[in-house]
Amino acid sequence: MSENRIRVLVAKPGLDGHDRGAKVIARALRDAGMEVIYTGLRQTPEQIVAAAIQEDVDVVAMSLLSGAHNHLFPRVVELLKKKNAEDVLVIGGGIIPEEDIPYLKEKGISEIFTPGTYTGSVVEYIRNNIKRKL
Amino acid sequence: MELVQRARQGDYRALARLITLVENEEPEAVEALQELYPYTGKAQVIGITGPPGSGKSTLTDKLVKELRRDNKKVAIVAVDPTSPFTGGAILGDRIRMSDLNLDEGVYIRSMGTRGSLGGLSAATSAVIKILDACNFEYIIIETVGVGQSEIDIVKMADTTLVVMVPGLGDDIQAIKAGILEIGDLFIVNKADRDGANRVVYELKMMLELKSEKSAWEPPVLMAISDQNIGIKEIADKIKEHFNYLVESNYLEIKRRDRLEKEILSIVSMKIYQQIVRKIKREGKLKEYLDALMKKELDPYKLVKQIFAEMKDN
Repeated sequence: MSENRIRVLVAKPGLDGHDRGAKVIARALRDAGMEVIYTGLRQTPEQIVAAAIQEDVDVVAMSLLSGAHNHLFPRVVELLKKKNAEDVLVIGGGIIPEEDIPYLKEKGISEIFTPGTYTGSVVEYIRNNIKRKL
Repeated sequence: MELVQRARQGDYRALARLITLVENEEPEAVEALQELYPYTGKAQVIGITGPPGSGKSTLTDKLVKELRRDNKKVAIVAVDPTSPFTGGAILGDRIRMSDLNLDEGVYIRSMGTRGSLGGLSAATSAVIKILDACNFEYIIIETVGVGQSEIDIVKMADTTLVVMVPGLGDDIQAIKAGILEIGDLFIVNKADRDGANRVVYELKMMLELKSEKSAWEPPVLMAISDQNIGIKEIADKIKEHFNYLVESNYLEIKRRDRLEKEILSIVSMKIYQQIVRKIKREGKLKEYLDALMKKELDPYKLVKQIFAEMKDN
């Protein structure tokens, strides 16, 4: 077991109250040996970024099912940049239409996981793509 | 170190990075701690402990808002358990503290226990030093939900709050040894539930029977944290306790004592690491184990032998 653990902030931006998916992901990442900080429901991008900075996470993983992803996900990336924290990997998941994915990637969300994703592939993606060396 | 300077100027990103260095036991951590040490000793360290679900995080959230009225900077270290099987952890104390995220005078850090059993993580005392040197006036340490004997928090806190709730057991639970001996303040949380008066009464009974009396008699306070009831009284008592510590000179005694324990533990850690490194480097562990399994060697003789070899070097 390595001393340096990957730290992930699992966040629920916006107003939807469905966090089953976020909890499943949190659990899967925990079982993969990561430290998962769970923020709880209904967080603003500002709150998410403040928590990400204070917790010194390697990854921000957001789950959103309300349809506001095109607004909220890019806002988090933008605020991280403002705080000189571009080295945090940002990923998203939830009910996200295929056609929105290119836009989100262009805005700096590295990967989008849609329903039916195998949890193992999220773990693998994080391991292979964190920007900071451990 | 540039990181240290930035952290001391209030840059949370630098501060967060420093804490990671310490948690991961990076070589730079020692250098940073050395640089920070002269600036430590000003903060009041408040420990909050109690069983799982007793409302420690909610109480912390409300208490911090109360303490922030004086515009003093507050840091929170919230510890949750690390899985002994995978090394992973879900750190969920922040859920109850969402409003504090945007208060720039508050810093919150979640930590996994990473194998420690006393209710805290091994890095906690170093993290307290970092926060102290970065000018936080209150440092609140929230332990994992504890049972009866995880009392590492007293070794680090100036003021320890033990949070209890109604319905956990009979009065014999209260006279057993353990966390009930360490409180400077006792909080009976969720006091709108049945049996709260009884818990207060039992705690007071137990405290009265304490053989060792001191000038500070730990008060037992009722609170309903999620409704913000009883919080101001708790904050007042915390301040009162610190004044007591300062005036009675007990703070200095406590801190001296703490340093002694810390030095001894760092020294023993160093020795441990050296020996383990030596054994691993020489690749002898397997050989030792084979001999022990075959009973050609006994563990005590082996330890003596290892120490003798250490001395020769």
